[in-house]
Amino acid sequence: MSVPITLSDVSHRYGGATGTLALDGCSLTVRPGEFAAVVGPSGCGKSTLMKLATGLQFPFKGTVTVAGERVTKPVTMAGMAFQNPTMLPWRTTLRNVLLPLEIVRPHRQRFRADRAIFEAKAEDLLSVVGLEGFGQKFPWQLSGGMQQRASLCRALIHEPELLMLDEPFGALDAFTREELWCVIRDLQEARKFTVVLVTHDLREAVFLADRIFVMSGRPGRIIAERTVSFPRPRDLSVTYTPEFMAVVQELRAHISEARAAA
Amino acid sequence: MTTAVSRIDWIRLSPWLYTIGLFVLWEACVLVLGLPPFILPAPTTIVAAMVEFWPAIWKNGLQTLFTTLAGFAAAVVGGLALGLLVGWSRTVYAGLYPLMIGFNSIPKVAVVPILVLWFGIGTVPAIITAFLISFFPVVVNVATGLATIEPETEDVLKALGASKMDIMLKVGIPRALPYFFGSLKVAITLAFVGSVIAETVAANSGVGHMMLTAQSNFQVPLVFAGLVTLAVEGIVAYALMAWVEKRMTGWAHRSGFAQ
Repeated sequence: MSVPITLSDVSHRYGGATGTLALDGCSLTVRPGEFAAVVGPSGCGKSTLMKLATGLQFPFKGTVTVAGERVTKPVTMAGMAFQNPTMLPWRTTLRNVLLPLEIVRPHRQRFRADRAIFEAKAEDLLSVVGLEGFGQKFPWQLSGGMQQRASLCRALIHEPELLMLDEPFGALDAFTREELWCVIRDLQEARKFTVVLVTHDLREAVFLADRIFVMSGRPGRIIAERTVSFPRPRDLSVTYTPEFMAVVQELRAHISEARAAA
Repeated sequence: MTTAVSRIDWIRLSPWLYTIGLFVLWEACVLVLGLPPFILPAPTTIVAAMVEFWPAIWKNGLQTLFTTLAGFAAAVVGGLALGLLVGWSRTVYAGLYPLMIGFNSIPKVAVVPILVLWFGIGTVPAIITAFLISFFPVVVNVATGLATIEPETEDVLKALGASKMDIMLKVGIPRALPYFFGSLKVAITLAFVGSVIAETVAANSGVGHMMLTAQSNFQVPLVFAGLVTLAVEGIVAYALMAWVEKRMTGWAHRSGFAQ
């Protein structure tokens, strides 16, 4: 239930042939079931990388493969969550979470018939992230952290093989952020989907990821790759160990170089 | 005693108080300045005219209401359809936008003679004028609602394999509804303008026609009675649209800003 992703020598421009070069000769491979994190200075094309990997955009040079197939249209089985929870305000939280099941095949054909089953599943997922009993509330009646939890549920309800997270915890306070790290850690532990997490929070990357890719400033390239070998399941206390701090420092040094070079 | 006084709901009461205040002020001005009824009739004179000419006002008021609502209904259907089309395709948008702007800039009073040429004097030109003047805001609002879908929401759905139709049905249309219902309030008042313009230029009935006839007979109080009729119909229709808007898109009115 998980897929590999490969980007080989990918370059991407915005705004035509003379536009801004966002990525330049970017190569990386994410293994099936791996938790990969991409870190880099701001504006380095992290989000572009994610759009390319999900087929929302196509590179002008190089190839992107997901699950062994070259990406020529949007991949159909990815769950996504962004910094902005992007809940639909006219739907209750539960119906927001159910949205992917109304879209993804084969669930959409069964949606009416299996609605009760799907709703039970969504309620379960909501309680896993600590939103038990909030399904009937509208998203705008929830706090930012709660909306982000619901957004994670929406990204996971159809049991995707691939989860794309674009700074999903960026707008949250430190406590909520760490709580949600644990939520995503446990969900990935249980379901073993492939994750690509784009973040600028180095502690977040080191705590969650199996492997971290460091990007250069714009135009983005992968300038370093770091395997994180802390045993799983990781407890939050690991983030206060000297070993953990050492990895964070090492990544910070890469980023500083990248910023200085840019 | 003080608690009883403080229970008066001034917000609910204020529309009535302000309206009555306006008419009292008006009456006082006419009395103090000694204005003759053929310059500015006092509200009491207008009410007297309304009572005297009630059958005519009733008949013409209904006629105007009918043409307005018919034109408005056509504008809602046509505007919604065109708005969805324009919001659906960038090419259609680019192609139609200058045409629509140009068309909207044409004074509708200049179109009425052409309509009379095609359809003759009567109800049809009034309905069409009401339609022409009121459908533009519906189109623009629906298209705006569709054009302002958050790109991230679109990405989430596309990465699930959603077709353009899926995105339209699940996000575009629900998102455009508050814009659509908001535009109805603008459209209904414009529809009154349209039908009355047509009635003043070429019609045998309707409030516009009645006012024109009254004016040529120097029955100035009746002219003002016609204006009051239009204002009342306009307020009722607007209130109805505002109520529909609130009922249909409660989720979009969650801010306490204007309360």
